[in-house]
Amino acid sequence: MSATLNKELSGWGRYPSACCELTRPERYAELHAASGPSIARGQGRAYGDAALNAAHRVVLTERLNRLLDFDDESGVLRAEAGLTMQALLAFSVPRGWFAEVTPGTKMVSLGGCVAADVHGKNHHHDGAFSSSVLSLELIESDGTRMRCSREENSEVFWATVGGMGLTGIIGEVTLQLKPVETAYIRASHHAARNLKHAFELFEQYDSASYSVAWIDLLAKGKKQGRSVLMLGEHAAIDELDGDAANTPLQIKERGSRRIPFDMPAWLLNPTTIGGFNTIYYRLEGGKSKTFTIDYDKFFYPLDALGDWNRLYGKRGFLQYQCVVPREGAFEALSQLLDVLASSKHPAFLGVLKKMGAASGGLMSFPVEGYTLALDLPFSGEPLLTLLCRFDKIVMAAGGRVYLAKDARLDGETLRTMYPATEKFLQIKGELDPGKAFSSNLSRRLELE
Amino acid sequence: MRGAYLILGATSAIARATARALAARGHSLTLAGRDLAELERDAADMRLRYGVDVFVTAFDAEAYDGHDDFLAQVEQQGGGLEGVVLAFGYLGEQSRAAQDFSESLAIMQRNYVGAVSILNRCAETLAVRGTGNIIAISSVAGDRGRQSNYIYGSAKGGLSVYLQGLRNAMFHRGVHVLTVKPGFVDTAMTYGMPGLFLVASPESVATRILRARDKKRNEIYAPWFWRWIMLIIRHVPETIFKRLKM
Repeated sequence: MSATLNKELSGWGRYPSACCELTRPERYAELHAASGPSIARGQGRAYGDAALNAAHRVVLTERLNRLLDFDDESGVLRAEAGLTMQALLAFSVPRGWFAEVTPGTKMVSLGGCVAADVHGKNHHHDGAFSSSVLSLELIESDGTRMRCSREENSEVFWATVGGMGLTGIIGEVTLQLKPVETAYIRASHHAARNLKHAFELFEQYDSASYSVAWIDLLAKGKKQGRSVLMLGEHAAIDELDGDAANTPLQIKERGSRRIPFDMPAWLLNPTTIGGFNTIYYRLEGGKSKTFTIDYDKFFYPLDALGDWNRLYGKRGFLQYQCVVPREGAFEALSQLLDVLASSKHPAFLGVLKKMGAASGGLMSFPVEGYTLALDLPFSGEPLLTLLCRFDKIVMAAGGRVYLAKDARLDGETLRTMYPATEKFLQIKGELDPGKAFSSNLSRRLELE
Repeated sequence: MRGAYLILGATSAIARATARALAARGHSLTLAGRDLAELERDAADMRLRYGVDVFVTAFDAEAYDGHDDFLAQVEQQGGGLEGVVLAFGYLGEQSRAAQDFSESLAIMQRNYVGAVSILNRCAETLAVRGTGNIIAISSVAGDRGRQSNYIYGSAKGGLSVYLQGLRNAMFHRGVHVLTVKPGFVDTAMTYGMPGLFLVASPESVATRILRARDKKRNEIYAPWFWRWIMLIIRHVPETIFKRLKM
């Protein structure tokens, strides 16, 4: 069964889009590359063109989402890569296990988590997703299944984590989970007056297991970078009361509202967002007293609004996420906010986070320092020009841009930001001499 | 754990979703089909998620002589039998079938002859105990012959009529027979087909199947509105119908 469907696809940012030839295998044996160039696609949550393959094959992994093995003594779980974080947690949390690393949405496949080597709010302590991956099964261009881990085929392992699906199709993932007593998080919020203050708070609360800051991108002058730092710890069983204490590993199913259609682009404008930001800053920034919140609300606030990307209208948006090494991080990121402010380009959602040591993935994004993510409605040339200016600032500080969010970097810039690119290409070349794996991203970035 | 169900042709998307829904309700399962490696993966998943016993057994719809032994083994391994879900089938290619009788034969054997062979024996096994369910996936294609798939349609039509008779016979012996006629369901069989509309997910079809079983419904269309579509299609006069390109 190799029925194909030609369909216009885009990433989560809805820019760009491309007509691709889709297959959706339902059997593991059918999960392989086509005769032409192929790329695997899980939940389509990469923002840009990582899981697009114009006029070529896109292999959907969504139907290959089975749990294969779980040891409730050790917390080791093996599953097909199409399994979502949502389904994983629905299985593991009631049994007292949580993902060691989770990104900010649970609507991602495990394969996608590996391919982008995603990070979460605990990166400063626990590293990227690859830190929780014990081994992988990679389906090579000739259909061979290769086990890889830190010990076995380790070069392929380090090329595949963060490798954006370009080394083969990730078929199975074996993960280490971590034990939790409850499904709840003890959280607290701390208001930061400006960027400087936010950095100080990150250092001050470095011992917190989870930390992330929401930035009000419309605050100007002395208030530039004003943010709300959000901290969290897994709640112990004796920290719960009421209903939660009786069923500590169960949470109430949260209904997801959907955005039924593309919102008009003018809806998100500096006035509406500025008003929202001020209210949010006052309200959330004031919650400095620790409170209890279930894991779903703490880790995945945006999942409550399905298809929130439609808020940006038909033209979509770009997310610019960069990381800058600790040394020059404050200077570079404040310069970046200056440039953003002077450009008058609208920007609504901003997230700041301290990152820990790099994982070892050749193309993995995280390096020790600070990462900033900005959601920017797509406006064509003005935005692309602005982002090139951002790139220069980031590169000058020795930083890099996150490929899972990217849709517009070029090959040369990539090579400056990711010095291991040539090494990656050498391993890819040995694994995939016939170039069976490619994507719009790989062609744009000359990763072939 | 609740009673044991046998899923025949368990790798199909509707079968997989129905098996998951049964396992979620606590039924133990035997997954039967040709692709054992694939079925083992499904079995592992259902054991982990739902904590039920799941067995895997090789089954070939066309190996009629082996069906007695097969069923005896399923009963012994699974500790009895409460229900059967028949989900194997073969769409084949109409254009090839029209030219090449072996393709026509394969379509008839896998959709009709094989089904009769195994269901005769399942029905007898269940009837001896005076209780149980037979759930069989037929097709809307069996409701009226059309040029685009009449070999498949005739085999499924035969199956639907067989199920009517079986239901009648089994009613007096305590066994319920449910005929399921899927319209467009989002499976590997329909993936990429042109002209699909209002496609149902396999999960929604599975939910409907279990509800229909609980209510002892005789025949359901999935999605439901196919009942009305097929009502119209069945009532177009043949003099007009034969001129249509369907």
